[in-house]
Amino acid sequence: MSTATATETHAEHAEHHELSFIRKYIFSTDHKMIAKQFLFAGLMFLLLGGLLAVTIRWQLGFPGRPLPAFIQWIFPDTMAPGGIILPEFYNSLVTMHATFMVFFALMPLMAGVFGNLLIPLQIGAEDMAFPRINMVSFWIMPVAGVIMLASFFVEGGAAGAGWTSYAPLSADGQYTGVYMGQILWLISLIVLGFSSILGALNYVSTVINMRAPGMTWFRIPLATWSLFITAWLLLLAIPILTGGLILLLADQTIGTAFFRPEGSGEPLLWQHIFWFFGHPEVYILILPAMGFVSEVIANRSRKPIFGYHSMVIALVSIAFLSWVVWGHHMFQSGMNPLLGMTFVVTTVVIAVPSAIKVFNWMGTLWRGNIHFDAPLLHAVAFVSLFIIGGLSGIFMAAAPVDIYIHDTYFIVAHLHYVLVGGSLFGIFAGIIYWYPKMFGRMMHEGLGKVHFFLSFLFYNMAFFPMHNLGVQGMMRRIYDPNQYEFLQGLQPLNTWISISIFLFASTQAIFAFNFLWSLRKGKVAGNNPWKSNTLLWTTPSPPPHGNFPEMPIVYRGPYEYSHPDREQDYWPQDEPPASSEAGGQVAPAPTPEPVPGD
Amino acid sequence: MKWEYFSWVMPDNVVSTYGQTLDNLWLVILWVTGIVFFATEIVLLVFMVKYRHREGRKAEYIHGSNKAEFIWTSITFVIVMVLAVYSKGIWDEIRDQDLIPADAYEIQMLATQFEWNANYTGADGLFDTADDFISRNVLHIPVGRPVVVQLMAQDVIHSFFLPEFRVKQDAVPGMITPVWFEATTTGEFTLACAELCGLGHYTMGGTVIVHTEADFQDWLAEQQAAAEDD
Repeated sequence: MSTATATETHAEHAEHHELSFIRKYIFSTDHKMIAKQFLFAGLMFLLLGGLLAVTIRWQLGFPGRPLPAFIQWIFPDTMAPGGIILPEFYNSLVTMHATFMVFFALMPLMAGVFGNLLIPLQIGAEDMAFPRINMVSFWIMPVAGVIMLASFFVEGGAAGAGWTSYAPLSADGQYTGVYMGQILWLISLIVLGFSSILGALNYVSTVINMRAPGMTWFRIPLATWSLFITAWLLLLAIPILTGGLILLLADQTIGTAFFRPEGSGEPLLWQHIFWFFGHPEVYILILPAMGFVSEVIANRSRKPIFGYHSMVIALVSIAFLSWVVWGHHMFQSGMNPLLGMTFVVTTVVIAVPSAIKVFNWMGTLWRGNIHFDAPLLHAVAFVSLFIIGGLSGIFMAAAPVDIYIHDTYFIVAHLHYVLVGGSLFGIFAGIIYWYPKMFGRMMHEGLGKVHFFLSFLFYNMAFFPMHNLGVQGMMRRIYDPNQYEFLQGLQPLNTWISISIFLFASTQAIFAFNFLWSLRKGKVAGNNPWKSNTLLWTTPSPPPHGNFPEMPIVYRGPYEYSHPDREQDYWPQDEPPASSEAGGQVAPAPTPEPVPGD
Repeated sequence: MKWEYFSWVMPDNVVSTYGQTLDNLWLVILWVTGIVFFATEIVLLVFMVKYRHREGRKAEYIHGSNKAEFIWTSITFVIVMVLAVYSKGIWDEIRDQDLIPADAYEIQMLATQFEWNANYTGADGLFDTADDFISRNVLHIPVGRPVVVQLMAQDVIHSFFLPEFRVKQDAVPGMITPVWFEATTTGEFTLACAELCGLGHYTMGGTVIVHTEADFQDWLAEQQAAAEDD
């Protein structure tokens, strides 16, 4: 049968093109290898961003106390003499934590890893449209990362003007004492922008041009849909950021005054440019997770996704609306107050497609057959935490309420509910769910559950009370809240939050162990461990170079689960319809494999 | 550790006329989002329990429902639009520059790294004259009378934050941004900087002292006399 020939062809194929170590593992043009490179790099930066977060929380939980001896040695006297974090270093910490998390951890882990892994495999393509550009897209990222890391060690330390880099604070070193650090920050992000643009170019071209026969737009799995929409946002938003960064770099280095008032520059212009990029960016950081979650919830409920078309329409509407809401970051900036109302309306309207998605996920679970394994737990956690992050957004969208909570911990709570509760739990769901396709083995289910429950608990212990800090008026980015009498009573709550963060961070060691242990010792996965319908799961795990032994043909949508006429509760997209008429027995049925978690 | 710190209701410390209006809007949003929060999270939990996998169970083959989509889309839309319209009235009242009370007492506030410099007119009632005087990090205002603060910044962006007054407005170099409010009680309150402004940002605090009208006039006279002596 075709399976046997396929294996032979693959074997020959592999022999003919035995690649050198360097071409295979380092300068690879294979989208799956590039996905893995982004995965390892992204996880390293996630670890770094996490360590910076822990350091921030040490200062807030135990202000003025020296860092524990076992980490003290990391920081030189310019950052933390005697283990006591300096205020200027604290400003660098909050800036670099956000920078690494947003640009070097979440973006690569979403678009970089899953854009590369999923798009060609889910639409039935042999690789990306431009494999060499894809390779370049990855290799730009570590270069930008090294530049960003280097900024810690130059005179004056790393950038300390916040990840939003508001001018004029960021436009002139005299205001922060950081000269070279800020310049390196700008250069690093300008360089990194090319990685995103090249990657996005590939994703868009691949989805448009390289779909297998029968893969119509409305048969594309939602993960690929979300990555496709994200790619458009990247393609359109990153050049705006890059343009702004270049202007800011000119202000810093050659004395222009785009954003400095001395030369009739306009500080608010920077904010408009930054947030015109920045709000689409927020959706760049969440849409892919929405796609992963849709995939996991439909599969693990063994039920068609509820409202496939409205899910796609909601994704597209969010993408369009994300361009007209940036002003809600600037209600208190001094922007014309009449403009404020325009942004209130657009901002609350974006709640509508977000709500549609939440209701459709709930509709998918409704009357399903829910398998409680680690991917599903993370996906449902995503939904429940995204509800909190979405609802707290309504407070800020109402401009008059935003007056009080703007720049307080309420915002910090909100954004961490979306970016950690949302994006990070979505990434965990994605990694665990697609791990078998990447590495051929399953991650350990028991460890996965332990990691999930502890993470979920410590996460909420840490971030939920941040809302309350905001209600009490505690500002963001202050080195020592105890300077203010009205915040002194909050110290026990701050200490509680810090301890919870330490626990949350430590819990991630379980994930790291599970990830590494399963590479060698995990249960062998087989082609389709989750009994999924998408083309991705018809390939061997891991798929060979070229992915599909022969061109797959697509006959139906990706979510045909539990069809009443079929014995199996799934119906792969490429299974010819004739086989179902014959009772589903004639076709080379994939060998039944036990579903993990059963 | 006080249990009030876990409150989701705004702290009971408002001392400005419109502060209570803002807190009421907060409360309305808290109710709306609170109900949605409990409803969705409980339904989610119920589904998880009720539709969990059991031996022999098969999911129902349902692709969706246009009726359901229509209902939840329109309900969500109506709720958020009502909140937006409700917000608009309050926002205009507070921020529309044409609606700043004409009789408001005017103070210039120049924010610098890391100080608040409140500039008062002297006896002549005019700024930029010889009898102006500056109060550093302490903002003196009268009770029961609108005050308009003209915010300016010398170096970088700062944010003028009076938590008890429910006032926050950025001070941007190169711009003059008016913000008005009216105190309802005398006493001492907090002035804070809410926008990262550099190394000493966390120390950039101050005090607002609300006087009775008579006390305020006395204080002005005292300061003017001192300024003229210089």
